[in-house]
Amino acid sequence: MKRLSVPILLVILLSILMGLSYFEVIDLYIQTIILFMGINIITSTSLNLVNGNMGEFSCGHAGFIAVGAYVSSILSVALFTKSKVFGAPLLPPELAAYGFPFVLIVGGIASALTGLLIAIPSFRTRDDYLAIITIAANYIIITAIINIDKIGGARGFMGMKRVIFAMEKCAEIPWMILWVFLFTVLTVIIIRRYMTSTYGKGVEAIRQDEISAEIMGVNTNRIKLVTFMISSGLAGIAGGLYAHTIGYVNPKSFDLLKSTEALVMVYLGGMGSITGSILSAVIFTLMLELLRPLQIIKWVAIPLLLIIIMQFRPEGIMGHRELSDIFPKLKKFYKFK
Amino acid sequence: MSLLEVDNLTQLFSGLCAVSELKLNIEERQLVGLIGPNGAGKTTVFNIVSGFYQPTRGQIRFQGRNLAGLKPHQVSALGITRTFQNIRLWKEMSVLDNILVAQHYHLGYGLGSLFFRTPRYLKREKDIRIRAFELLEIFKIDEFAEEKPTNLPYGMQRKVEIVRALSSGPKLLLLDEPAAGLQATDVNELITLIRWVFDQFDLSIWMIEHQMKVVMSLCSQISVIDFGKLIASGTPEEIQKNHAVIKAYLGDDQI
Repeated sequence: MKRLSVPILLVILLSILMGLSYFEVIDLYIQTIILFMGINIITSTSLNLVNGNMGEFSCGHAGFIAVGAYVSSILSVALFTKSKVFGAPLLPPELAAYGFPFVLIVGGIASALTGLLIAIPSFRTRDDYLAIITIAANYIIITAIINIDKIGGARGFMGMKRVIFAMEKCAEIPWMILWVFLFTVLTVIIIRRYMTSTYGKGVEAIRQDEISAEIMGVNTNRIKLVTFMISSGLAGIAGGLYAHTIGYVNPKSFDLLKSTEALVMVYLGGMGSITGSILSAVIFTLMLELLRPLQIIKWVAIPLLLIIIMQFRPEGIMGHRELSDIFPKLKKFYKFK
Repeated sequence: MSLLEVDNLTQLFSGLCAVSELKLNIEERQLVGLIGPNGAGKTTVFNIVSGFYQPTRGQIRFQGRNLAGLKPHQVSALGITRTFQNIRLWKEMSVLDNILVAQHYHLGYGLGSLFFRTPRYLKREKDIRIRAFELLEIFKIDEFAEEKPTNLPYGMQRKVEIVRALSSGPKLLLLDEPAAGLQATDVNELITLIRWVFDQFDLSIWMIEHQMKVVMSLCSQISVIDFGKLIASGTPEEIQKNHAVIKAYLGDDQI
């Protein structure tokens, strides 16, 4: 029972969400907010791996989200729909529902490789340099996308809604809820498994004392590359889901502001805490919606929030602890691996 | 063939000669010491041997293998581990995790088996956990397994650091001033501990120490360096009588 409690809970949650969306108890607006919650959970937990667990400072997470968003969008549009840019679908559109996860994963792999490309030069140096290099990388990626006219340039790239329609031809269910839910759970499992393994604890060792980690036999360079690739790869998956949720992508939506959002979520939730990042992603998504009437002033309120967190609770909501550390009794009810 | 052969080792730090043409050998199953006044370059020697610095000139061979160009984690994988003058445990990890992570190089599973929790992964994780607990038990610190190192008394932290260094099964253990910061009673305990480790484990120990009591009672061979140069080596009795050593420590008696 203990072993199954989390999966059962997740299945129940998924069926409730799917049911509510299917029978249109919750409207599209609320559905979108729920989707954004999932996407933000992937974004924050993946960034947390580098900034929280490894103690490096990556500021350009949105760059990786952009790579994943564009690669998976282009792929899915080219494969499953008839478009002006790519012409007739390369695969029968009926396959969209089955092909979509693979498309997402390819987007993630593309992001991970971009991450590798950035990590190789930046991990030769220490500390602040990674921040500078990732900000630069963020801009390079955006500028590159703007200048490729074939994928829409600054106008953005669209057509992903047709992929969703193609999926719905297969079965009339809220597909995006399903995919976002599955990939969010998958992300949390991947990060959780990584960080609870002895291999992954090497990441913690690097944050706490890199020199002694290297001397005690941890291949610090390799582990930093691997961790950065996992982080950017998962960000790419978040990007793919984001693109298909909104139905179009625009390079401007992946600028430094988006990276800042990711940072705010990590620091709000607590460095190195998976449950903290999940919690803060949910709170942050709700807050963004609640503050929507403020319009541009929102972007005064959110950085202000960051300053307030840093002043009064610099370790964030959870701060290197998990929910089960705060409520040890919870451990009786679940076993999550 | 000696376990460790240091040959003509020289380390320059932009003109400053920290270690100069050092030559010494350590045999298997030997407990040896390295002493010298402050700033003599002792820790620099350890840093070179553990791969943290690449020497300017000269070479180090471990079990006949040249260590030139190896990264610290590769040196540690070959069987040289060390402790630090100022304890460098991972402070926010439990004692158990400290010992687990030190076996990082010998994990023997890939990322694929990690994510899919394959039987191989589970078996290896179990193996290193068993080994860690065995070590903690024989050092009688298993009750602190889940404790953070910072919650332990200083002497205990030293012990944990030694256990961590032993966990990957080294052939040569470098102890950098193990008695630094310990109280007199703890020093006696440390001497017993090091002697015991030397008897129990199949390894050689090379230690830097300022407290003569520790070095003289433990080491069979002692090397003395001053300003990066080897000025004497021999048994504790020989070193105590050696004129060059007395001069390095106390100054020339002509003054």
